[in-house]
Amino acid sequence: MEKVAIVGVGQTTYERRKEDTFDELVFEAATKALADAGGEIGDIDNIVTVSNDFWDGRTISSMAVQDAAGSWDKDISTVEGDGTFGVLYGMMRALSGSFETTLVVSHIKGSEAVMNLITNAMFDPIFHRSLGVDATSSAALQARMYMEKVKATQEDVALVSVKNHKNAMNNPHAQLPMEIGVDDVMKSKMLADPLKLLDCSPISDGAAAVVLATEKGAKRFKKSPVWIKGVGHISDAYTLGYRDLANSRALDAAAKKAYKMAGVKNPLKDLDVVELYDAYSYMEPLWYEGLGIAKEGKGVELLKSGTTAMDGDLPVNPSGGVISAHPVLVAGMTRIVESVLQLRGEAEKRQVKGAKTALAHGINGACGQSHCVFVMGV
Amino acid sequence: MGKKVAIVGFGQTYQRSSRKDVNGVELINEAVHTALSDAELTINDIDAIVIGNMDHFEGVNYVDCWSAEGSGAVMKPIFKLTTGGTTGTTVAMCGYYHVASGMFDRVLAIGWEKNSESDTTGAIVTAFNPVWERTRFGGAIAGLAVEASKYMDNYGVTERDGARVAVRERLHALNNPYSQLHQEWMKGMEVDQIVDLLVTSEQNQMLAYPLRMSDMCPRTDGAAAVIFASEDVAEKIAPTPAWVVSTHNRHNYVFLGDINWDRNDTLETAAKKVFEDAGIKEPLKEIDVCELYMPYSYAGLKWMESIGFCGPGEGPKLVWDGVTDMDGELPVNPSGGVMSSNPIGATAIIRVGEGALQIMGKAGDRQVQKDVNYALCTGFGGCNWADVMLLGKKKPS
Repeated sequence: MEKVAIVGVGQTTYERRKEDTFDELVFEAATKALADAGGEIGDIDNIVTVSNDFWDGRTISSMAVQDAAGSWDKDISTVEGDGTFGVLYGMMRALSGSFETTLVVSHIKGSEAVMNLITNAMFDPIFHRSLGVDATSSAALQARMYMEKVKATQEDVALVSVKNHKNAMNNPHAQLPMEIGVDDVMKSKMLADPLKLLDCSPISDGAAAVVLATEKGAKRFKKSPVWIKGVGHISDAYTLGYRDLANSRALDAAAKKAYKMAGVKNPLKDLDVVELYDAYSYMEPLWYEGLGIAKEGKGVELLKSGTTAMDGDLPVNPSGGVISAHPVLVAGMTRIVESVLQLRGEAEKRQVKGAKTALAHGINGACGQSHCVFVMGV
Repeated sequence: MGKKVAIVGFGQTYQRSSRKDVNGVELINEAVHTALSDAELTINDIDAIVIGNMDHFEGVNYVDCWSAEGSGAVMKPIFKLTTGGTTGTTVAMCGYYHVASGMFDRVLAIGWEKNSESDTTGAIVTAFNPVWERTRFGGAIAGLAVEASKYMDNYGVTERDGARVAVRERLHALNNPYSQLHQEWMKGMEVDQIVDLLVTSEQNQMLAYPLRMSDMCPRTDGAAAVIFASEDVAEKIAPTPAWVVSTHNRHNYVFLGDINWDRNDTLETAAKKVFEDAGIKEPLKEIDVCELYMPYSYAGLKWMESIGFCGPGEGPKLVWDGVTDMDGELPVNPSGGVMSSNPIGATAIIRVGEGALQIMGKAGDRQVQKDVNYALCTGFGGCNWADVMLLGKKKPS
């Protein structure tokens, strides 16, 4: 099978409130990704944009960023959901043989949206929406179930917040670089029991872009390629009551597909760095289990062992993760961007030494209903 | 290089103005179930699912997640795409690329819409720039009326020409049990007589000159699903698979002022690319049937020219000569088209499915009476967003 590489990445800084419009954000990220690749828009055969009409408050929201994405007179499509799914679509279009190069862009302005209302709109309109349930309150249910199952305390999962916010201090793009302790997390405002403010990711503005190329297309660019080795995406059931929220079987299935393609046999050993979607602190140990780097029920143990710290065997979220900047729709693409930087050895102060294989992870829906996993290597 | 891809199954719901008997997820399930039965597959045979609709129309966010239990996506890969009226063809193209990539063998592509539960115009208005355009752009009809007026002025086209197209669509729809509008009163009347009635009747309300009720598509509830399969399995599933010969799209709109109102540039470019790929030099002669996404009558004149079926200004003659009728050289919309049912998120994928039915010889009473080697299917939406997919009986080389 043909291989697909990432030859350029770009991202804006992630901030609570940016003055830029959607298209200005997209233009910044796209321009940076093209410059990073050492190419220009004329080198791009087709475009995939990532947006969401609810978050943008605009029907066919992708229309607003077409000029900024450079799609004039090019084939273009739009994925709604996390950026990882957009990159995956770009990869499929490349593998089809129709296009040699693809630019994928994603953007969000959380500052112009009302998170509670928008994430409330992803729940069943008749039975659940009127309860007021949203991303955070549903996550709280999942946190409770998971912590109950693995006998973890709030202090245990707070370690994720401590670790990742500290990592963010090495990342100039992160929104919340902070040196904090478990006490700070425990003392922060309760949002939805057991989730406190510092257990939750912030509202963010920002954009990201990647340039994808087939082996032939990669020759148009100067940058040495980072290859996509494996990918998998799987959704679980929608109704929360139909799922075991404390078990991430969809992530497990998606990761296994990606590992099989990439030839990863023992993820804990074979992976050198992981960027995962920790929208809430408890998610990181839960996703460890889904990714198979910890056995079921042993995610918190792995966290406490220090294995996933910057100086551990498998650093997770050296960038600071989603908990340090949560541009919805962009966040998964940011995980890919950060993984590429790690593999190229260009991650500066957050660089994991000698990283050869990286994993990036994105989610869609409430409590991580749908997952997308990328394994990349040089 | 990627895999060759064919359509091996198609299912659609009965398109009606209001499907109160089902909720959205059940509507989706009805289309999925019908498509699977058509291909004699079960959901276990499906490797991945693609779905699309217009979020603001139904007021549901993350529809891929929300519909998982009806689309069959539980513990399967699923994707969501949205591009306005083209959503259906966008979803079809995504299903095609899923398979062409070599990553999946059998992919289900779904489009759906429950317009009866929405304020469609209210939602469409939000498609436009909030500062510069939203306050003065009145939804879907106004823009189309401008396009029609400009076209009429350019070539001396009359209201009767538009009505002639509308009559063709509604007469064709009488053969399609899935279609929403069945205007039985037209049966047995001369075409000229119906055209005269449409342009003079006071009951046929003028919406925005020159567009009357009869020139427009209705609002519809409905869903449709197409199954794409790779060359490795397609012929085992369907005796006559409908091969995807080529597909392209263009969308060059950001602001209204960007649009060339004299031509449908994006449709023109996308069609040209498709014909180039397929080696088609004379579209009118070589294409056997066309399912053209035309939300209003004048599109059936002007956009025929954009595709290259005839020269500029020659659309009306083509239609009056009966070339595009069921028994003509190029039957257009044997299904009755968008003007007879328009479940927006599903509309364009119905064009693809109907084109596939014609190639497979499974179109029932609306089957055209000639060999169908090539079927051209298009999608339109979001201000000149154009998707084109060419299906063929022969496996592409």
